[in-house]
Amino acid sequence: MSLLEIRDVEVEFRSRSRGTVRAVDGVSLDVERGQVVGLVGESGCGKSSLARAVVGLEPVTTGTVLLDGAPVAPLRWRRRSAHDVRMQMVFQNPYGSLNPRRTIGSQLRDGLRTPAAATDPDGEVRRLLDLVGLDEDAAQRYPHQFSGGQRQRVVIARALAADPDVLVADEPVTALDASSQAQVVNLLVRLVRELGLGMLFISHDLALVHEIADVTAVMYLGRIVESGPTDQVWASPQHPYTRALIDALPRISAQPTLPVGLRGEVPDAARIPTGCRFRPRCPRAMDVCTGEPPVVQIGQQWSACWLHAQETAGTPAGATEGRA
Amino acid sequence: MTRLLDVQDLAVALPAAGGGTVPVIHHASLHVDEGEIVGIAGESGSGKSMTAQALLGLLPDGAQVRGTARLDGTDLLALRGAQWNTVRGKQVAMVFQDATSALHPMLTIGRQLTEHMRLHLGLDKRAANRRAAELLDRVRIPEPERTLKAYSHQFSGGMRQRVAIAAALACNPRLLIADEPTTALDVTVQAGILELLDELRRDMGLSVLFITHDLGVLAALTSRSYVFYAGRVMEQAPTTDLLLDPRHPYTAALLRARPHADDSWGAAGTRGTHALTTIPGTPATPATAGPGCPFAPRCAFREDRCTDAPPPLLTVAPGRGAACVVQPDLHEVPA
Repeated sequence: MSLLEIRDVEVEFRSRSRGTVRAVDGVSLDVERGQVVGLVGESGCGKSSLARAVVGLEPVTTGTVLLDGAPVAPLRWRRRSAHDVRMQMVFQNPYGSLNPRRTIGSQLRDGLRTPAAATDPDGEVRRLLDLVGLDEDAAQRYPHQFSGGQRQRVVIARALAADPDVLVADEPVTALDASSQAQVVNLLVRLVRELGLGMLFISHDLALVHEIADVTAVMYLGRIVESGPTDQVWASPQHPYTRALIDALPRISAQPTLPVGLRGEVPDAARIPTGCRFRPRCPRAMDVCTGEPPVVQIGQQWSACWLHAQETAGTPAGATEGRA
Repeated sequence: MTRLLDVQDLAVALPAAGGGTVPVIHHASLHVDEGEIVGIAGESGSGKSMTAQALLGLLPDGAQVRGTARLDGTDLLALRGAQWNTVRGKQVAMVFQDATSALHPMLTIGRQLTEHMRLHLGLDKRAANRRAAELLDRVRIPEPERTLKAYSHQFSGGMRQRVAIAAALACNPRLLIADEPTTALDVTVQAGILELLDELRRDMGLSVLFITHDLGVLAALTSRSYVFYAGRVMEQAPTTDLLLDPRHPYTAALLRARPHADDSWGAAGTRGTHALTTIPGTPATPATAGPGCPFAPRCAFREDRCTDAPPPLLTVAPGRGAACVVQPDLHEVPA
């Protein structure tokens, strides 16, 4: 049993103009203790919808999210259960996650759930600040008195106040400069390794995910199209979409070349192409791609693409969700 | 090559909240040749966007500007008020990071593209429309005729940025200043914009001053680069040399802090460790920096003399400069 199990999750939104939009369509993913799972894809692929559904900020339409084997309930107008609080989320914009009119210390004390908190809350606040590399006098200060990178540390400290098992980080360093980006990323990875947390790390930055994630899952238009150990996904991407994301990265080399773009853009989730969703943009699309692509396992990698079926010719079509 | 833009000793100070001024750029010199794409790299607060704004006369009221910026003989920094009307758009134009706010939400794309063409180029409505459609085709927007009648919200971010580029090119500027034009876009879409800019340089001889925080983008697109920190040029060099063999500790630190998708300088140090090399501390701003080298407090090679006076941009090789008096062997840095 994995620490966090995401099973066949679908997330739908209804709107008057667009009808029912299925932002996440049958995603399964596991996160183990001490493991970083990276989720990559272009904007509009459903990464954030999945993240929000996993922590309970949006209701899951079908499928289950299990934390330590017990289901996570969607958050409504009620107190979260002690069980669900063990999963915490870090957002892209730390300023939006903090109350500008309260001190950092007061906001950290809100979430304290650690055993030591009952007897010595101030000591716990100091411990949390130290854990994320901030001075203890940060407790008396307000969010605007910090830089972007420091604010993101404060947000991480507050997530840790609840003594979580799982962190879901949605583009946590996208808004930060290069130097604070590296500091915050290293902090997150260190916490995962030292505290044995599991982390679902969502990013559009494939190079960054390559650097820190143990497992990489590639999402396109609501589905995971490929997943596997990061090194393998990077070294031998099986899905043309993964290939395209890697080729689009600008690189430093002695013979500089322009990165290769991908034609078109992610379609509206309300108008999903039939068959393989990537087909209209895929440089290797074939006639057969109008049917649901088979999921094929190559070593520890999974990929949902007709190319493998052509090569291996054996896996029945129909099974569509990738598993980590 | 002919020099198109020559900026000498640009210094900018903005009015401070409590009276007085705050420096944002100290004595920056740079140049762009015709048909060349030149990069400015730096973190926020480094003065890279302020440089762009100074070159277009877009600095906030009360800003104090010194130095010269000659574009084809015209000193951009000396222009006032209506004098800009014959320069902005016609000599130098700009595209911004956020194409959504660069375009008017309630005017058609056609109206926004033709308005300044009719004014500056004296075209009638039909000729302007024809030229606008050509421009949209030039920036690879499908169905240009139909696009002219559309509104900006009907397009994706990448397409909006292409429209913004078309608008910037409407009056045939010599120099395009692009301030992080791909930062808000997905890498797959970014690649298309970079390709377009390179194509415009090749086919039309367009010169571009490209501002970015992404060293990979710098590598892919630009031929020469300047690295800014706290309002100063820390290093300048042909881009490939700069990124494969940095001579300033700050450039080296930036390269090391970058997630490595390639075999760039410093990549070997972190590969497989699941950690990035960090730069200690937080970025200095021109206002907070001490009298010496602004990077000194964060620099692994700091010596006592570093904090005495700001380091001059020393020539370290033909066509290369680094503002570092220590000139350490950067490969020696502890990982």
